[in-house]
Amino acid sequence: MSSICTTCPYCGVGCGIRTDGKELQGDSAHPANAGRLCVKGSSVLETLGDQDRLLYPDIDGERVSWDRALDEVAERFRRIVDEHGPDAVAFYVSGQLLTEDYYVANKLMKGYIGSANIDTNSRLCMSSAVVAHKRAFGEDVVPGCYEDLEIADLVILTGSNTAWAHPIVYQRIAAAKQARPEMKVVVIDPRRTATCDLADLHIPVRPGQDVPLFNGLLTWLDDHNALDQDYIAHHTNGFDQALATARAQGNDWDALSRQLGVSKVDLTTFYHWFAACERTVTVFSQGVNQARNGSDQGNAIINAHLATGRVGKPGASPFSITGQPNAMGGREVGGLANQLAVHLDIDNPEHHAAVADFWQTEQLAKHNGLTAVDLFNAVESGEVKAVWIMATNPVDSLPEADRVRHALMGCDTVVVSDCVASGDTLACADIRLPALGWSEKSGMVTNSERCISRQRPFQPAPGEARADWWIITEVARRMGYSQGFGYQHEHEIFAEYSALTALAGRFGKRLDLTAAAELSADQYEQWQPQQWPLQGGARCFADGTFSTPDGRARFVACENPVVREIGDSFPIILNSGRIRDQWHTMTRTGRAGRLFAHLSEPFAALHPKDIERYRLADGGFVRLTSRVGDALVRVKSDGGQRPGTAFMPMHWTDQFSRRARVDALVPARLDPHSGQPAFKHTPVNVSDWQPRWHGWLFTAATPPAVEYWARVPVDAFLQAGQVQRYRLAGDADLTEQQLHEWMPEAAQWLALNDPSTGHFRRAALDSDGKLIAWLAIGETLPLCDVEWLATCFTEGSEVQALSILAGQPADAGPDLGPVICSCHQVRQKTIEAAVEEGADSVEAIGKCCKAGTNCGSCIPELRGLLETCSA
Amino acid sequence: MKKLVVIGNGMAAIRLLEEVTRLAPDLYQITVVGEEPFAGYNRVMLSPLLGGGTDEVTITTHPHQWYRDRGIRLITGSPVVAIRRHRRQVVTAAGHKLDYDRLVLATGAAPRQLPVEGVNLDGVMSFRDLYDVRKLLSLSAARVVVVGGGFLGLEAADALVKQGHDVTLVHSRGHLLNQQLDEAAGHRLQHDLEKRGVKFVMQARTAAVESADTKTQGQGRVAAVRLADGQRLPADYVVQAVGIVPRTELADYAGLSVNQGVRVDDTLQTFDPAIYAIGECVEHRNRTFGLVAPLYEQAAVCASHLAELGHRRYLYADSATRLKISGIDLVSFGDFEGAGTGGEGETLQLSLPGGYRRLQVRDNRIIGMVLYGDVSDAAFYETLWREHADIGARRQVLLLGEAFYKAADRGGDGEEEIAA
Repeated sequence: MSSICTTCPYCGVGCGIRTDGKELQGDSAHPANAGRLCVKGSSVLETLGDQDRLLYPDIDGERVSWDRALDEVAERFRRIVDEHGPDAVAFYVSGQLLTEDYYVANKLMKGYIGSANIDTNSRLCMSSAVVAHKRAFGEDVVPGCYEDLEIADLVILTGSNTAWAHPIVYQRIAAAKQARPEMKVVVIDPRRTATCDLADLHIPVRPGQDVPLFNGLLTWLDDHNALDQDYIAHHTNGFDQALATARAQGNDWDALSRQLGVSKVDLTTFYHWFAACERTVTVFSQGVNQARNGSDQGNAIINAHLATGRVGKPGASPFSITGQPNAMGGREVGGLANQLAVHLDIDNPEHHAAVADFWQTEQLAKHNGLTAVDLFNAVESGEVKAVWIMATNPVDSLPEADRVRHALMGCDTVVVSDCVASGDTLACADIRLPALGWSEKSGMVTNSERCISRQRPFQPAPGEARADWWIITEVARRMGYSQGFGYQHEHEIFAEYSALTALAGRFGKRLDLTAAAELSADQYEQWQPQQWPLQGGARCFADGTFSTPDGRARFVACENPVVREIGDSFPIILNSGRIRDQWHTMTRTGRAGRLFAHLSEPFAALHPKDIERYRLADGGFVRLTSRVGDALVRVKSDGGQRPGTAFMPMHWTDQFSRRARVDALVPARLDPHSGQPAFKHTPVNVSDWQPRWHGWLFTAATPPAVEYWARVPVDAFLQAGQVQRYRLAGDADLTEQQLHEWMPEAAQWLALNDPSTGHFRRAALDSDGKLIAWLAIGETLPLCDVEWLATCFTEGSEVQALSILAGQPADAGPDLGPVICSCHQVRQKTIEAAVEEGADSVEAIGKCCKAGTNCGSCIPELRGLLETCSA
Repeated sequence: MKKLVVIGNGMAAIRLLEEVTRLAPDLYQITVVGEEPFAGYNRVMLSPLLGGGTDEVTITTHPHQWYRDRGIRLITGSPVVAIRRHRRQVVTAAGHKLDYDRLVLATGAAPRQLPVEGVNLDGVMSFRDLYDVRKLLSLSAARVVVVGGGFLGLEAADALVKQGHDVTLVHSRGHLLNQQLDEAAGHRLQHDLEKRGVKFVMQARTAAVESADTKTQGQGRVAAVRLADGQRLPADYVVQAVGIVPRTELADYAGLSVNQGVRVDDTLQTFDPAIYAIGECVEHRNRTFGLVAPLYEQAAVCASHLAELGHRRYLYADSATRLKISGIDLVSFGDFEGAGTGGEGETLQLSLPGGYRRLQVRDNRIIGMVLYGDVSDAAFYETLWREHADIGARRQVLLLGEAFYKAADRGGDGEEEIAA
């Protein structure tokens, strides 16, 4: 097969990929990445394959034909709409959908069913930025582009662990800084993250204090005559009010630095730099958005840029960077419950009339729908009786996630379209519809800099999986809406959407894809990455004209948040986020063992002082409890945490651990403007948990219901079918009977019992001597050689039973420590050896053992090793 | 030359001859009197012989020529009937009168008889010597009941099955080889032998051996074995394998001190300084013997004294019992069931398709062991046991054997980091 160009399925950077299905590399012609790829992107082929794919439609677990499934969905939605009105049904969709999928889902719900109850997981990551953009610019537009990050003199990264969450953007900044060392980077984050490796200045602001920080900046700029008064006067409204609100906190920088938990020198240095650098880009992401005042935090940042006239100019812009590959596409087509379509508003009668006319519908939704959290509350209360969830996992990703699960379990009709067969949300589904996966899909995605790229298929669909747009269209037809859903090919949808953007232009918006309205199938196929406005260049609002009715940008007066006393019962503030090598709920990255080499188990990172204070142990276990839930994870000591704070990754689900869903802890507290939940600020309590035993279990069966388990995939087991590796720990005494129940039926058994020390091993073999399950339990975690064990699962073996029980050949080599460089699988001791042999820089390490020479995301860790080894 | 007479030509005697002729080839004129009409053969090999795995030539380790080469006079087929200590002379049944300066009793042991009615019926046999094997080999396909689940009984049962007989083994205890194996290994052995065709009746006490003719109890041919619970096992032949009894009659008549066996001191000397005793006929420090390893040690010590190099003392060392039942290796030692004084300790068990291991550990020291099947690590464990080695640090890999135990020096404590 010849290679095709497509777009990475992961973060909002939207990197181009060139692949033939066997080999994969960055697309050197793609403007986002120019050939670079991070470890997630470069390992995406390893995540493909039919294993655990949803292959056929089913109803209540019974496989059915597509006709039957589609009829059932259409009939149920039809009946509920007829009996209870359109607001009794809802769609909950995803930034993983392609623009075409998104467009038809939105068109069906708002245009034909007549409800705006379609919301998306983008609500959880971007909706505060959307509000900030709309309030400031009159339209949800990211004014800048990636190039700005390279030509800026000051790059501020706030609420963004760019190094891990957007690695290629990080690398572009890093490369620019290497070329121009005078370029400054400021990282604003309560945590000292890997991103700080690049920072000239780290502002470890207390959680939730971005508004005072940026209000302070506005005041400081005013005090130091660093404002662009001319720009403010001619291109903006509301400055005085915003400044007055900012000034309400005064200009006592000592007091402010104490309030923020930042040294005064650092604070004023930051302000100085901001004042001095005309070319300043402020990147903001989930750390800003996922707060109770996320919208205000976004506007506080934008205020500083408006006040200095730095919007949409080369190297000078606020820059909201998105989390998902097509969060932007979804926002464009209107896939949020408080948008109509193409940046138009539901409650604007003119917008409403124009869109109703374009879609030739009389049912167009007349009022805003339910946003994500409210939507599931309505499911819980029975107000919404049928919900169709597409390509997302709300049972893991919404706050009060256990409550969401409970709500779905009690819902009349839960339809889930997904490409995987098992998941915490799928477990709640009445009807499951198999959707295409990334390598099979065809359509458009828009990245964080408004660049529209194609995702192209290079593998056939497994089983009966179908495109999401096709599934939605078929249901629409069966509900009686044939006239609006006659699409035969995704390019027709994209062309229609592009034509619709003419309405955006009519109402003064920048969103403009009209040049693609007449796109032929062939042109669609040949599509090259392009930014919108399609004929408008890389940046928006450079001329100081905005999408507001009067063309002026608006300052938003941002009140400081109400400071809540931290109570004794929940003394730690829990933050959540991504880790370097995982993506969302691991349905994809969870299939590639090498992506677990970096961080293999769910954890809570805490400052060493807190570990001591709460009598925890680094590497031990901690139980976290919040007002709404609890979790049991490993302890990771991290000097980069602010004392009094903890961090948990967002990725672990019930598919991967017993109790590690961070969102089960997060209370549903929302930004009042955006409805975005405050994921970054959960008061929790922490307590030590000491298991009496630890173990490994390799099995194709479900893990046992012990206090702690975590699935730790290893690539060596890819050949071993459904066999998974589980790390176990428990505090109850084990009986031989229990151990027996954890193992499958087997022709042959190997067993080791030392009950006095709690040491047990079991191996189950088939009649050919092939291993089918393996268990080792001990007071400490038993050792085993995973790669070697994997061969026993696949090959059967002549090897001795003792070696199988030992989990390693008798002549096992030395332990090389954890994998640091995931790409080249270089382990810590190899790197340390390279340093000891004289490698004194990251580059030298790379030459010596290849570590850090591919995606580069381990470079901060290599630096750390250089420091510790030379110290 | 001094005269040395050895009564008995079994394995202990032959080892003694080897040692004496090696240590002091010219010191004695040696005469050996054997009851059996054979030269020296390896009694341990009788089971394979019965099972068809070898032949008489092969198991004859010391043919007549061996004796001739060393100037040893071998008298066979004529048992000694009396020891005239005052004359330092022994008398054989055929009338040989043999003077001695030194006499060694190596008379061995006799099969224990079942203490029940009917043991003298035709068809009730033992399994002790080459005669017995020849007899057993001559049987045409028949129903055989073997009484006794010890080593000899199992060997006999397995060999007889191989010969095509229908074999049932009756054992009074709950598991086989209860002197040498723990319950798990014993059950495993039973299971493995059942797969080979041996049938077992466990925890069964033999009440009587019944004859075909009910009117002539105690006479005629055997017909069945009746068990204490009333069960009747039809039998054309019965093999008794319920242990051995030291043969002490000669010593007893000669006025030597005899208890269960002929009493000897640590130099294997009897009450009479001119007379030594070794092997299964001996009682040393209240202990009698049935396995070959201590016999060989006794022969060596005794020989050193006969060779007038006498400085060694025999002290029973609790050594490992190594057995092979029809190809299945077994080794055990020590207090493997934790039954001794000092507390039972802790049990470590490992079970594989091809083997079973049990180690009994107290205060992090091995106090007993059973290996079944794969015995490759027996010597390793035995060393740890003898040296009272502290195994605490490497207990997790102890059962996995020497290779893993030694490799464990390299490993850490096993706690894996969650993060790089």
